[in-house]
Amino acid sequence: MTVTELVSYEDALATYDPVMGLEVHVELGTKTKMFCGCSTALGAEPNSQTCPTCLGLPGALPVMNAIGVESAIKIGLALHCEIAEWCRFARKNYFYPDMPKNFQTSQYDEPIAFNGYLDVQLEDGEIFRVDIERAHMEEDTGKSTHVGGATGRIHGASHSLLDYNRAGIPLIEIVTKPIVGAGERAPEVAKAYVAELRELIKALGVSEARMEMGQMRCDVNLSLRLNGVEKFGTRSETKNVNSLRSVERAARYEIQRHAAVLGSGGTIIQETRHFHEEDGSTTAGRIKEEAEDYRYFPEPDLVPVAPARDWVEELRAGLPELPRLRRKRLREEWGISEHEMQSVLNAGVIDLITATIEAGADAASARKWWMGELARRANEESIDPTALPITPTQVARVAELVADGGLNDKLARQVIEGVLAGEGDPDTVVDKRGLKIVSDEGALGTAVDEAIAANAAIADKIRGGKVAAAGALVGAVMKATRGQADAARVRELILERLGAAE
Amino acid sequence: MTGTTDLIKLTAAETAAKIASGEVTAVQVTEAHLARIAAVDEKVHAFLHVDREGALAQARAVDDKRARGEKLGPLAGVPLALKDIFTTKGVPTTVGSKLLEGWIPPYDATLTQRLKAADVIILGKTNMDEFAMGSSTENSAYGPTGNPWDLTRIPGGSGGGSSAALASYQAVLAIGTDTGGSIRQPAAVTGTVGVKPTYGGVSRYGMVAFSSSLDQGGPCARTVLDAALLHEAIAGYDPLDSTSIDAPVPSVVEAARNGNVAGLRVGVVKEFGGEGYQAGVMQRFNESVELLREIGAEIVEISCPSFDLALAAYYLIAPSECSSNLARFDAMRYGLRVGDDGTRSAEDVTALSREAGFGDEVKRRIMLGTYALSSGYYDAYYGSAQKVRTLITRDFEKAFESVDVLISPTTPTTAFPIGERADDPMAMYLADLCTIPSNLAGNAAMSLPCGLAPEDGLPVGLQIIAPAMADDRLYRVGAAVEAAFIARWGHRLLEEAPSL
Repeated sequence: MTVTELVSYEDALATYDPVMGLEVHVELGTKTKMFCGCSTALGAEPNSQTCPTCLGLPGALPVMNAIGVESAIKIGLALHCEIAEWCRFARKNYFYPDMPKNFQTSQYDEPIAFNGYLDVQLEDGEIFRVDIERAHMEEDTGKSTHVGGATGRIHGASHSLLDYNRAGIPLIEIVTKPIVGAGERAPEVAKAYVAELRELIKALGVSEARMEMGQMRCDVNLSLRLNGVEKFGTRSETKNVNSLRSVERAARYEIQRHAAVLGSGGTIIQETRHFHEEDGSTTAGRIKEEAEDYRYFPEPDLVPVAPARDWVEELRAGLPELPRLRRKRLREEWGISEHEMQSVLNAGVIDLITATIEAGADAASARKWWMGELARRANEESIDPTALPITPTQVARVAELVADGGLNDKLARQVIEGVLAGEGDPDTVVDKRGLKIVSDEGALGTAVDEAIAANAAIADKIRGGKVAAAGALVGAVMKATRGQADAARVRELILERLGAAE
Repeated sequence: MTGTTDLIKLTAAETAAKIASGEVTAVQVTEAHLARIAAVDEKVHAFLHVDREGALAQARAVDDKRARGEKLGPLAGVPLALKDIFTTKGVPTTVGSKLLEGWIPPYDATLTQRLKAADVIILGKTNMDEFAMGSSTENSAYGPTGNPWDLTRIPGGSGGGSSAALASYQAVLAIGTDTGGSIRQPAAVTGTVGVKPTYGGVSRYGMVAFSSSLDQGGPCARTVLDAALLHEAIAGYDPLDSTSIDAPVPSVVEAARNGNVAGLRVGVVKEFGGEGYQAGVMQRFNESVELLREIGAEIVEISCPSFDLALAAYYLIAPSECSSNLARFDAMRYGLRVGDDGTRSAEDVTALSREAGFGDEVKRRIMLGTYALSSGYYDAYYGSAQKVRTLITRDFEKAFESVDVLISPTTPTTAFPIGERADDPMAMYLADLCTIPSNLAGNAAMSLPCGLAPEDGLPVGLQIIAPAMADDRLYRVGAAVEAAFIARWGHRLLEEAPSL
């Protein structure tokens, strides 16, 4: 492996203009595979979800998954694409043991969707339009596990294990047109594009698009050209970049590497590259000396796809609000900044907050609980916030109890803890744990009097006008009532008794 | 009780009737055929695998059904020879290739299932050119099949095992597949009846693919009515085959029972004939034209100029699809595996296995197809061939505007000697000259016997072609022609075959 001396990012951009192409594969969330009835569920015993068709047994034939086609059209429509009136599948021929038929059933020159765009929002709020070349349907391959080598790669391995459970799972490949004009923001655009696309896919309900599970995978194609030059340079293709951060880092690394090679008089080889999470670098994969000849031809075992126009329009009418527009609306409704909205997105709680608000909570408290206590718990347990054993309705009930004065924040946290611990819904937890603000004026009055008597010096200060000192007495009362008093009311009573005013 | 010899000479319709009436049992019929196989198949070599136990178990089930008073289907208990290209659960399926020697499919083809559902007795799997590539059955990895009319001659191909089994009375019915003539040409050279249904008429699920857009399974029999009965049993929509036709099956049995050509316009394809056609074949064909006129048909000469390009287009499209279809035979999941000694890569094992497992003709076509699909050549070869395909389809459409069916000789010559064309692929390919256009257009066609060529005393086939989805016309015309010939000859043509 040769170590490339990178050029600084700033220097690279001073001389060169990056051009990117992004290819994203999305595994659809259909229950069955693209061309047979096998389950797509993850985590099953190897080769337990296979049949003659997805194993490529002699004589077996494919049948198109209608939901797969529908999902592809939805994605195409959401990306503002034209939807083909008639298109075919094609066979992409190449030998690899994880591909049962030794051809991949894909689409070639007749994609289901083409000519679209996706507007993505950069961190400073700027909107960048990424043009979409096409979105096409294909099937996934099986999975090879190379055993005996040091790296898990085939090099040095003694043998390989093949699992065909994934073979035939529907994929949609979304290909951008060359992304030009992003300049130094190219890596940011790449990340924002993949992030936006992921949100879009999730909003459409066609896939969970979890990159860490391989349900969404990105190839970053990148080339540099001298500033002011029209012609594109030679590109590298960094394969399977599987997190948002990695997409940004891979693009950034390749800009610096290309600049280093070109700047020293070298030429970029058109090759595939592997991205390394550990240090953000890429290394050469196989070299494409000549374009691989896949011998595409129309798949004779499938009939053409000719989606009826009224069906397409029906799907278009049923599209959900696009994520970027929804975010903008919610941000305005909630009255928060772009930055705060970004945090909500990063925490993955936007839908939970929305649902909590729908269940009756006000926006501020819904956001407070999900971004605070609950996000923290999800993070601690390394689970998705949606997997927490508490529902938006329950969170809304807690917020309601706080708003009504029945709970304070400290007690509310205990209620939530109880719900998460499986003690029941918020009202049950309140009852069982006896969590109720002490609002009995008599009991409170006694506690206040005792606190004043026990802290005569502080009481004097307050009498003398140092209202800020009241906090210490409030604290004493809260301690005495084990936190179950309404702190605001306690403060009122103290000031009242000591003849002071705010 | 009917004697064994009589049992094997019955038609399917007669056999089923005797079983249904209780005159004979399905087990008796099956045993008679198994005995016949044991007696003659060493000479003929029609079968690659005889499923004695499976056949007898099926026969017993039929007899049990009858004993319980259940109604039997029109082919219940009738023994059939199945081309070894259809998967049979638990029964070997080799497709005539070393590469699949010993492979036991875990599933039944749709056609196999339908045969079983119809209580047709599957005697075994028949010999064929490897992966259905050939016109003589000489390309089988398991040795050639002899033509029962003359065991030194070819029984046609690729379905020579099926046609020979019928002509030697080893089975009452048989199944073939027709990509460029592999049902019709064997039928022609063995004096039997074979039908290539409309493309999509019979499910391809579980039929090992040679050329997906051309392959079509179909019935083989000794009479037109038997072919129709079998056609009806195997045809119809299959949700597992996307290219299968979702429409009612044409009423082929009714048509076969009502043979009639009165007022029918019959087109004679001008392009089929002349140089390269054996004189005796043309003589019998011309007599067939006269016979059709005599029994009431109107004869029209039709020109289909694009047919001259059919063979060339076929030998680009079929190899192209085959190069892709046969890619799955990589020694990874099933079939022959060579060189897996722990030192070689998967890629090398695949290459060695394919080298050892495929025969020359298969390799030739894989190479042709790989080349034709390569970038830079695709448009000139595969692309042009598809255009020719469109032209041929249009020629047919135009022809069927003025005639109801077309006729031609099925094949330019009678059965040639084994070995004669084995080293001359072009000569071999010419055997399918008249049958290929129907595969390219996807319409329906039949071959039935029209006499013996005077010069060699071997059977000649008459081909009838009908528009797609009009398979019933084949049977209406075929039954009329068959009846007229039998009236003229006083017996079926096959009666003249030498006894084995």
